[in-house]
Amino acid sequence: MISYLIRRIFQMIGVLWVVSIIVFTMMSFTGDPTYMMVPLDATEDEIANARMLLGLDKPYIVQYGIFLKNMLHGDFGRSFVFRQPALGLIMERMPATVEMVLAAMVLSLVLAIPLGVFAGAYPQKKTSRGIMAGSLLGISLPNFWLGMMLIFVLAVQFNVLPSSGRGATLPVMGIKLSIITMDGFRHIILPAVTLCFSTLAILLRITRAGMMEVMKQDFIKFARAKGATFQSVLFKHALKNALIPVVTIFGLQLGDLIAFATITEYIFAWPGMGKLLIDSIYMGDRPVIVVYLMFVAFLFVIINFLVDVIYTLIDPRITLR
Amino acid sequence: MKKNEAFWASEFIHNFRGNSSAIIGGVIIIFFIFIVTFGPSLVRQNPYDIASLELMDAYKPPIWLPGGDTRYILGTDGQGRDLLASIVYGTRISLLISLAAMFCSSLIGATLGLIAGYYGGRWDGVIMRVADVQLSFPSLLIALFLMSAFGTGIDKVLISLTCVGWVVYARTVRGSTLSEKQKEYVQAARAAGLPNRKIIIRHILPNVLTPLIVVATIQIGTFILIEASLSFLGVGVPITKPSLGLLVKNGFDVLLSGLWWTSVFPGAFIMLIVFGINLLGDFLRDELNPRLR
Repeated sequence: MISYLIRRIFQMIGVLWVVSIIVFTMMSFTGDPTYMMVPLDATEDEIANARMLLGLDKPYIVQYGIFLKNMLHGDFGRSFVFRQPALGLIMERMPATVEMVLAAMVLSLVLAIPLGVFAGAYPQKKTSRGIMAGSLLGISLPNFWLGMMLIFVLAVQFNVLPSSGRGATLPVMGIKLSIITMDGFRHIILPAVTLCFSTLAILLRITRAGMMEVMKQDFIKFARAKGATFQSVLFKHALKNALIPVVTIFGLQLGDLIAFATITEYIFAWPGMGKLLIDSIYMGDRPVIVVYLMFVAFLFVIINFLVDVIYTLIDPRITLR
Repeated sequence: MKKNEAFWASEFIHNFRGNSSAIIGGVIIIFFIFIVTFGPSLVRQNPYDIASLELMDAYKPPIWLPGGDTRYILGTDGQGRDLLASIVYGTRISLLISLAAMFCSSLIGATLGLIAGYYGGRWDGVIMRVADVQLSFPSLLIALFLMSAFGTGIDKVLISLTCVGWVVYARTVRGSTLSEKQKEYVQAARAAGLPNRKIIIRHILPNVLTPLIVVATIQIGTFILIEASLSFLGVGVPITKPSLGLLVKNGFDVLLSGLWWTSVFPGAFIMLIVFGINLLGDFLRDELNPRLR
C-alpha cells in the first residue's frame, strides 16, 4: 500500500510536469503578449524593455525554466487584464464553480441511481424503454442549447427563475455559498439542471448495465431462493455490486462536469473559474489560462487518485499494485 | 448479384428491421445525408452571398407566427438570412468537420493501436501511457485549450478534434490486436515468413475493423457536440463559415429579446443528428460487437 502510494505520487508529479511543458509550449505559440502590456503609442525601446521585463527575450528553454521555478515557488504570474496574481483570481472564483458542480453531481446521482435500478430490474417494461430513450436523448443534447432553452422558457417566457448570476450569497467558514439563501437557491437551479443532464444520462446507463449484469449472477438467485423479497435483493444485494463501475465513471464525470461548467457558467453568467477561463481566452490573458489549466490538471490528477483508492475500498477483489 | 441477395437476407439486416430505434436512427441519418447533398440547391439563398441578403427582412419569425414571411420557413436572423438556408449550410460544415476528424483520428489512432498491440514492448508502454494520461482529462477542456492556443479556423478545429479523438481508437484497436495476435492465422502468417508490416495490414487490420467502425460511429456524435461547443464559445469555426454551434451562439445573443427561433432550430438540428448517430451506434455496437453489450 505504502509503496503504491509513493509510486502514485511520483506518477502524479510526472503527469503535472508533462502538462506544464505542453501548456507552456502551446501558450508560447499564441503570439507576443508584450503588446498587451505596453501602451498603444509605445516606442521601439519601450517595447524592447517590456519584452525584457517579461523575460521574452530569453531562449525558450530558459523561459520554461523560469516559469517552472516560479511555479514551484508558488508564483503563478499576474493577470495581464486584472493586474492581480492569477492564482488568486482563480481561487476567488473556485467556490462558485465547485458549488455548481457539486449541485449538479448530487442532482444527477439522486436521479440516475433509482432510474437506473428500475430500468435494469425491469428491462422489458415500457417505462424502462422510455427511460433509456430519454437518456440517449440526454447524451445527444448540446448542453449549452439545453441551458438556453431553459432560460428562454423559465426565465424569459414565464419569468419564474432568474437567468444569470449567483444571487445572494452567505459566507460559511469564509467561503461564499449561494445555495443556502433563498435567492441563491433560485439562481443555482437552472445552471445545475443544465449541467447535470449528460452526467445523469451516463450514470443512469452505467447503473442499468451494472444491474442487468449483476441480476444474472448466482448470488442473486441464491438470495431469492432463501426467500428474500425482490425489493430487498434489488437494493441490498444487487445495487451494491452494480455501483462499482459507477464509482469509476464518477471520477471521469466529475472531470467532464468541471469542463462543461465553463460553458454553463458562460451561459448563466455564473461568476466561477470557468467563466474566467472563457473571458481570459477572449482577452488573451495568458497567465490566467496557464494557471487555470495547471490548476485543473492538478484537480484531475487528485480526483483520479482518490477514485482509484475508493475503488479498492469498496471492491475487495481489486488490490493496488 | 448473389452476394447482394445474401446481404439483404443476412442476420444483420433482419435484426436491423426488427429494431425500431435502429430504424429511427437510420431514417435520421438518411435525412441528413439528403440535406447535406441536395440541401443547398433546395433553399432559396446562399446565406453567405451578401448580395442575396435583404436587411429589411431581418428577424422575421417562422412562417406560422404572425409577421412570418412565406419565403422564410424558419424565419431569418439579424442580417436577413434565411435561417433554413443557414442551417443547411451549417449542417454541412458541422458534418464535414466531424467526418474529417473521425477519419484523421481513426487513421492515427488505429495505426498507433496496431503498432502498440502488435509489437508491444517499449512503444506499447509509451503510447498507452500517453493515452491513459490524456483520457484522464475531459476532451472538451483539451480541445478548448488547443483552440485557445491556435485561434479560430476549420483546419484548427480539425486538428484539435484529432488530437482529442485518436486515444479511443488506439485503445480499442490495441485491445483487439492483442487478442488477434494470439490466433492461429497470425501464427501461420508468421511461420510462413511474412514481414510484420504485411501481417499487420493484410491480416490483422481487417479483423480489428469491426470494433473500429463501432467506435467511429459513436465518435462522430461526440465530435459534433465538441465542435458545436467550441463554436458556441466563439473559439471554433470562423464567423464566415458558421457551423450549427455558431448559429446557436448568434441566436444566444438575441435570445433574451425573445427572438427564440434563431437559436432553437440550429440547436434542435444538432440534437437530431447526434441522436440519430447514437441510435445507430448503439445498434451497431450490440450487433457487431457482442462482447461490449
